[in-house]
Amino acid sequence: MEFQIAWRNIWRNPRRTVIIMIAVIIGVWTMIALTSLMRGMVADMLDRGIATLTGDIKIYPAGFHDDPSISFQINDADFVLSKIANAFPEDTQYASRVRVNAIASNARHSAGLTLVGIDPGQEKGVSFIGNGVLDGRMISRDDKNAIVVGQALLEKFETRIGRKLILMSQDRQNEITSKAYKIVGVFRSKLASTEKQFVFVSKSSAQNMLGMENGVSEISIVLADHEKTGRVAESISTALNGSDLEIYTWKDLLPMLKSYMEVFDGFIVLWFLVIFVAMAFGIVNTMLMAVYERMREFGLLKALGMKPALILRSVLIESGIILAIGAFAGNLLAIGLVMIIAATGIDLSALASGLEYAGVSSIIYPELVLKDVFLANGVVMVLGLAVSIYPAVKASRITPVEAMAHT
Amino acid sequence: MQSPQVNMDMQMAWRNVWRNPRRTWLTVGAICFACMVLIFMLSFQFGSYETMINSSVKINTGHLQVQAAGYFDKKNMRRVINDPKPVMQMISAIKQVEAMTVRANTFSLVSSEDRTYGAMIVGIDPAHEPEVSTLKQLIRKGEFLPEKTGSDRALIGSLLARNLKVVIGDELTILGQGKDGSVAASIVTICGIFKSGIDGFDRNTLHIPIKTFQAVYFMDAAVHEIVINANSLHDVAAVKKEIINGLKNIPEGKKLVVMDWDELVPGLTQAIRIDLISGIIFWFLLVLVVAFSILNTFLMAIFERTREFGVMMAIGTTPQRLVKLLLYESNFMTIVGVGLGIIIGCGITGLFQVYGIDMSGASEMLKQYGISGRIYPRLSLITAFAGPVLVWIITIAVAFYPAMKIKKLQPIEAMTHV
Repeated sequence: MEFQIAWRNIWRNPRRTVIIMIAVIIGVWTMIALTSLMRGMVADMLDRGIATLTGDIKIYPAGFHDDPSISFQINDADFVLSKIANAFPEDTQYASRVRVNAIASNARHSAGLTLVGIDPGQEKGVSFIGNGVLDGRMISRDDKNAIVVGQALLEKFETRIGRKLILMSQDRQNEITSKAYKIVGVFRSKLASTEKQFVFVSKSSAQNMLGMENGVSEISIVLADHEKTGRVAESISTALNGSDLEIYTWKDLLPMLKSYMEVFDGFIVLWFLVIFVAMAFGIVNTMLMAVYERMREFGLLKALGMKPALILRSVLIESGIILAIGAFAGNLLAIGLVMIIAATGIDLSALASGLEYAGVSSIIYPELVLKDVFLANGVVMVLGLAVSIYPAVKASRITPVEAMAHT
Repeated sequence: MQSPQVNMDMQMAWRNVWRNPRRTWLTVGAICFACMVLIFMLSFQFGSYETMINSSVKINTGHLQVQAAGYFDKKNMRRVINDPKPVMQMISAIKQVEAMTVRANTFSLVSSEDRTYGAMIVGIDPAHEPEVSTLKQLIRKGEFLPEKTGSDRALIGSLLARNLKVVIGDELTILGQGKDGSVAASIVTICGIFKSGIDGFDRNTLHIPIKTFQAVYFMDAAVHEIVINANSLHDVAAVKKEIINGLKNIPEGKKLVVMDWDELVPGLTQAIRIDLISGIIFWFLLVLVVAFSILNTFLMAIFERTREFGVMMAIGTTPQRLVKLLLYESNFMTIVGVGLGIIIGCGITGLFQVYGIDMSGASEMLKQYGISGRIYPRLSLITAFAGPVLVWIITIAVAFYPAMKIKKLQPIEAMTHV
């Protein structure tokens, strides 16, 4: 019955109720919709960070992380993989690679970059190069001197498919070794810096050039769910206990991204609170009005023997209903909007080069994170009720005499 | 001279505002809060942009550079400023110029005892470089290049030093191509290790004295860049203009171009623009929430006084005058709120402007943008007033809705209203 009375009370002045509800709706709506848009941006950064030859988890030979030299290698990648295969959750993919700093040059230009020896079949779903090339063809497993380079590098070197590119690096014995490759394909990445940094050859030709036999420099593992990274990394390190391998997660390898995500979490809480405070002024004012208007009524109830606690509760129920309806509608609108945007994504390509500076791609897909939705609703409901205590206490303290003197 | 009627209306409106002080304060509080947040956040954003521009400019590019046409795009070693002297003389005569130096760059192989990496070799003028860039402050081990002697000394980035496994005093072999296409080689001794926090820079650069660079790479007196710092960011455009004019009188001038930091680091302005746009969306939505929060107050101020308005109309007050009265009331509240918001907001922002905000928790992220440590919000006319003006406009727009309701009021009905 209390609920019913509260329900009727809030509709005694529909305009007022609707206006304050709109304030709550806009608040919740913007909280959720904007947050999911920014989450989308961050998730995109993470996905791309992981696809740029990082992976959720990476296994390095001991020492390689501090000194990325070919003199550290994993001698038998297959054996390592067979030992850790049990730790993989479903849909886990992996790739083993040779990776070495090298100097690329042609007749006109030279630049330092990273030479990566891959097995093209393994890379699908693991890194961006698995998606294939833009022009020409992908290297195949046993190509001897084929190389795939990025579009930006191709332009910088003023060269084209079919031309030669000399790669120079240090081999296992620290001797300078060089090899002429023929450009067979061009890949594109969303970031020009990635296109300039990596060139790809077949794993066997890299092993051959560097004198590594069957060795590789890294094993990169990609999980279907990034959240599981920590746990899987732990079971992998238990399985590999005693071997001279080191295990890193993307949090170690992309510290910038990790701290960005932490800062972002903090920003969301701050942003929610700011929006909430703006709403709170309206909520308190509206409830105060509703209370003072009904002073005589409260006085009468008091005179009839109603306990102050019950009056307090009834006012809180009223504001709770307003908040709940507002929050609910705000959620619906936000989820609807997110779904509409998610279908096509928002294209920010007009601003693309700035985004690239920030490491974000130009089309952004919003991502609804349950945690944020709960947080937004939690902030609005809990703090909303908390600030309603003030008008509710005012109402419960009204004495019959005061009320009757009030006109 | 104000008419007595306007005067009286204002007085009445002012008194009406304070008939329900609690409600007024809550409304004023909402407006004041929005203004405070907007002032602080806008100042913070602008402050971080300035830090961002200045630190990224100070680490490397400088405010302005003079280069040979086409050098920026192709980085072709042969595109040089053959004789930098007359250009520098001309620039030093410009009064807003704070400092300048020359540099030359090329890509070369750098080998230590057992490692070889490719790196950018940068020739710098040890005497003038510290006036333009922060390189000297970034030295973490060893010391900066000596000004006169020791022409075979080099500064190395911390990550490159780690990759090459070298420490202070070790020798490095540089192997590259001279300006004339011949093989250029030299041996240098590391005298300092720098760390800027920008990985690309720390992993990829080796600094040697410009004289050594010119000798090793057969450059004669030529350089690639003249790097110029203006007195402040605001002087850059003026300095650029003067340099362009000045270059016309120099024989080599036709082949030279002037680039400002915006052209040298193209992503920076766009990154700033994106941040600003998203900021504006956020703050606009905040103001909207505030607007709906206070709409109720404005509405109530009218509905609970229906009787009063009926009486006033019955004794001959025109509806227009009532509307005016109500708009005065909402304006008063807004002005008090905006005024307080500006005062408190500027006060808080000013405080942080002096002490700075410690952002060390976010350092990894800020590193990428070239910001380190503390951020100082920057209060300016724009940041102090843009937000409050937005709040004022939206609030007044909101106030029109209830005020217009008055026009529909019938005196008889209004007076019977309880």
